[in-house]
Amino acid sequence: MMTTRIACGAGFSGDRIEPAEDLLRRADAADLVLECLGERTVAQAQQRRLADPALGYERRLPARFERLLPLARAHGARVITNMGAANPLAAGRVTRGILDARGLGGRVAVLTGDDVLDVVDLDAPAWETGRPLRSHGEIVSANAYLGADALLPALDADVVIAGRVADPSLFLAPLAQRLGWALDDLPRVAAGTLVGHLLECAGQLTGGYFADPGYQDVPDLDRLGFPFADVADDGSAVLGKLPGTGGVLNRATVREQLLYEITDPGAYLTPDVVLDVRGVTISDDVRVAGARGAPRPDELKVSVGYRAGSKVEAEITYVGPNAAARGALAADVVGKRLAGLRVRAEVLGGPTDCRLRVAAISHDPAVLERIGDEVESLFTNGPAGGGGVRVHVTDVIGIVSTLVPRAAVRPSVTFLEAPDAAA
Amino acid sequence: MLLHELAHCRAGDKGNVATLSVFPRADADYPLLERELTAARVRAHLAEFVGGEVVRHELPNLPALQFVCHQIVDGGVTTSLALDTHGKSLSSRLLALEIR
Repeated sequence: MMTTRIACGAGFSGDRIEPAEDLLRRADAADLVLECLGERTVAQAQQRRLADPALGYERRLPARFERLLPLARAHGARVITNMGAANPLAAGRVTRGILDARGLGGRVAVLTGDDVLDVVDLDAPAWETGRPLRSHGEIVSANAYLGADALLPALDADVVIAGRVADPSLFLAPLAQRLGWALDDLPRVAAGTLVGHLLECAGQLTGGYFADPGYQDVPDLDRLGFPFADVADDGSAVLGKLPGTGGVLNRATVREQLLYEITDPGAYLTPDVVLDVRGVTISDDVRVAGARGAPRPDELKVSVGYRAGSKVEAEITYVGPNAAARGALAADVVGKRLAGLRVRAEVLGGPTDCRLRVAAISHDPAVLERIGDEVESLFTNGPAGGGGVRVHVTDVIGIVSTLVPRAAVRPSVTFLEAPDAAA
Repeated sequence: MLLHELAHCRAGDKGNVATLSVFPRADADYPLLERELTAARVRAHLAEFVGGEVVRHELPNLPALQFVCHQIVDGGVTTSLALDTHGKSLSSRLLALEIR
């Protein structure tokens, strides 16, 4: 039976790079997927693109690729990523530059078309609130979750860069291509989507969000290895991680990831299939099977980003005897001084070591500053023994969702050749 | 006894919906979890954090119980004022539930 090995070298934007290096050196995987694009990440990236048209791709792309592409080229692994974020073409050019500077050759493919800001009806209601999209605030981005069908034409390359693609589709597309699956072959598309769903969070499958000392001990967590899957053409898959790496991969870690973020185990919506995981079995040697699928939805999900203002978070610590009472008094005092503002104040921690935390979101910088100042002033205008004041302000991008018809979304692939190949 | 003695749990989030996946440490304890850990008990235990309905899905072949908690209070990763904007720590809060 034909099999192919696919690995996951990043499960979020801030993920560690060493495990992916290790996979490239030793796993002999045909494909390495780097999933680095959270819901908000693309909206934040869009803001960077608005400020500078050459930016808007994942900020860590250069650092990640400088280390991974030489290994990928040496070991013949194709790399597939959504690090294009809000500007896949710019990401493609940066990637081309990294390859060329090292004489690594290779072909870069860029998938665009997920940006549907000019297509989406901003008067349509948001899923989450029922209110028109545009009523939430200034809209900054709208990105459709593309599926494996859009990614497939980009796979004739060594490095494949996309923006918003449904996470499991990043895995399903290369599996379908290498194993010769049709995208309307529901059992196999369901099986490939299951593999993608299990791998997409990288270390979360191999014990990176599992350790509970004395109850769930994870060996050598500091050297956590990332996962791969050996997938057969019938869709069955065996999960694995490299020998000698830390972490744990067993029925318990796999079933945690299986149900992660699944709001309906009988109908998990993806652009490729409606996945039913209720019949999935996980053997003791982490072989997975039993995914079922119904035909894909007619519409694509769109994440819409809007400016929601800025968030201030201000904190101060009280410790020792009667600390909780002093923390509560501090919360009361700040609450009175900030009367009329919508503020969340809470005392976190235990009776002898607690931290007052005050948080608020506003579009008005003066309000944010005033809240931070009132917490800081507790030093000499509040209860005894306060310390460790920190005030932190961040921009907030809100996300709401809607649907667009598939026909309104036009994916497109651009290839960026090596200089000598193009000559 | 705390649920933590018998089970492990993972939280996930989709907008202002939280998923809480509960797994018995020993498969043989699944019927006990199915009996004790009703949607109503989970809702009551997490009342401070869950504003809406709690729906339970039974997955006996894993085995697992999947709780889908609607209207997380102050929820929505993007605009939440909570310290744990994702509600990741709801999993550990649930494991503090007292089981007979």
